[in-house]
Amino acid sequence: MQKRAYFGLYIVIAVLAVLPLVVPNSFYLDLAIRMAINAVIVLGLNLLIGFAGQISLGHAGFLGIGAYASAVLPTHFGWHPLLAMGAGAAVTGLLAAVLARPIFKLKGQYLAMATLGLGIIINIAIRNEATWTGGPDGMPVPAMGLMGFELTSDKHWYWVVALMLSVSVWASINLIDSPFGRALRALHGSEVASQVVGVDVVRYKVAIFVMSAVFASLMGSVTAHYVGFVTPNLADFFHSIELVTMVVIGGMASVYGSLIGAVLLTALPQALATFEGWETVAFGMILMVCMIFMPKGLVPTLAAKFGKGD
Amino acid sequence: MALLDVNKLSIHFGGVKAVQEVSFSIDAGIVYAVIGPNGAGKTTLFNLITGVYKPTSGEIRLDGESIGGKSPNELAVRGVARTFQNLQICMNMSAIENVMVGAHLRLDRNLLKAALRLPTLTRRDAEMRVEAAELMRFVGLEKYIEARADSMPYGALKRLEIARALAMKPRLIFLDEPAAGLNPKETIEVDELIRKVADSGITVVLVEHDMKMVMNLSDRILVLDYGKKLAEGTGEEVRRNPDVIAAYLGAHA
Repeated sequence: MQKRAYFGLYIVIAVLAVLPLVVPNSFYLDLAIRMAINAVIVLGLNLLIGFAGQISLGHAGFLGIGAYASAVLPTHFGWHPLLAMGAGAAVTGLLAAVLARPIFKLKGQYLAMATLGLGIIINIAIRNEATWTGGPDGMPVPAMGLMGFELTSDKHWYWVVALMLSVSVWASINLIDSPFGRALRALHGSEVASQVVGVDVVRYKVAIFVMSAVFASLMGSVTAHYVGFVTPNLADFFHSIELVTMVVIGGMASVYGSLIGAVLLTALPQALATFEGWETVAFGMILMVCMIFMPKGLVPTLAAKFGKGD
Repeated sequence: MALLDVNKLSIHFGGVKAVQEVSFSIDAGIVYAVIGPNGAGKTTLFNLITGVYKPTSGEIRLDGESIGGKSPNELAVRGVARTFQNLQICMNMSAIENVMVGAHLRLDRNLLKAALRLPTLTRRDAEMRVEAAELMRFVGLEKYIEARADSMPYGALKRLEIARALAMKPRLIFLDEPAAGLNPKETIEVDELIRKVADSGITVVLVEHDMKMVMNLSDRILVLDYGKKLAEGTGEEVRRNPDVIAAYLGAHA
């Protein structure tokens, strides 16, 4: 299983390395960057949803905290963007850790409702604090500088994001096949059995929730700097649902499923743009068909069909 | 001193007194069986001692330390393992990973070290994989070392639970109906396996309906009926106890 998993990583790295040479124009490079950003978020979210079996419908909220930390702190307080990014991630991690304990006493739909509420509260806070955040109109974000070198061109961003994605894939594969990862999967498979062998289930749920929230926050910061502008839509409920959909379509508990889910669902609205006004309907139809015929998600279904493990 | 001391243990679910003032003690190194008709409270008693339920009243002592109300993961630290009557196998994992999860507390659970794949952690993990394969051979699952848990037959999963519990290196293991649903041949094999486990120095507590197995294996037997202790003693003592005969065969027997 392990060798095959790392083989996938090499393919990912190869694709990421070759991609900028073959994309015809900057439109596709931009698309690739957004795919990669989503892929990192979805990887983190899949660790929570697919591997540990816990739902979160509020992850766009964490993404929003990261994005707005990167917008507000450098603009209003003159912080260095990297420091702001770290602060956003730290605040997100702290918030997730404090709230996770009461939240993870809940299960199933109650957990979904609690995380949903959390995401909505963060979104409302961003919309209402207009003096700091620009309210519903959003605000511009200063450029990210790295040691006197300004990250402005899409090419630079591409390499930064590609590196982040490669590292995330590598770390996820490592994590899943470790005592920590087995404990996560075990509490999903049988919570009582995992407790009986000594897994402190609440601690593990909290840890992976915090980790996936921090992933989202960091990528929120990256999005903010890359796009150069943030709006509250980044943090809204629909974005949370979109992220969960990427996990489910790509395949729960599948690292490469996360990547495929993120790539497809980022590209799909672009591909469907020709339907003019009907694209949402087409989008919904495709999701429905996927779920009816491949309830386990694309990658696990195809892997089972062609007789390979993930 | 006894390894496990249970004193006037009770649990009530609303008005239902599932276990009432049950007292007994188990010496280290023996095989101890808990029997009784369906609904007598055997599994509830297991759930109380292994921390799945919190007792309403009473005391449980392990090596003199009070463990009543402690959670299952705290008891795991103290060397208490168990299997389940209704299988609790992680079907989202391979068979050998299920066994490796049993060794959770014996491995480095650090998240960061795992994500960075530090050699100290992976080396220990590789050793554990070898040990888990050995345990699978020990319980007679050599055929399934490479298998996925969800492709294994019921009888094999029962043993996989035992292998997982053994991976904890427990002092005390609770087996909840290890022979339930097995055919006679498999029952004999599980019987032998439990004997091997006991011989390795682990104290075994057993809930089982198969009387031949119970009489064959157990040093002492506790009989429960309607949540109360009906009798306790060696197989011979219990077999001759008139209350036990009445409970099993009806009052007029």
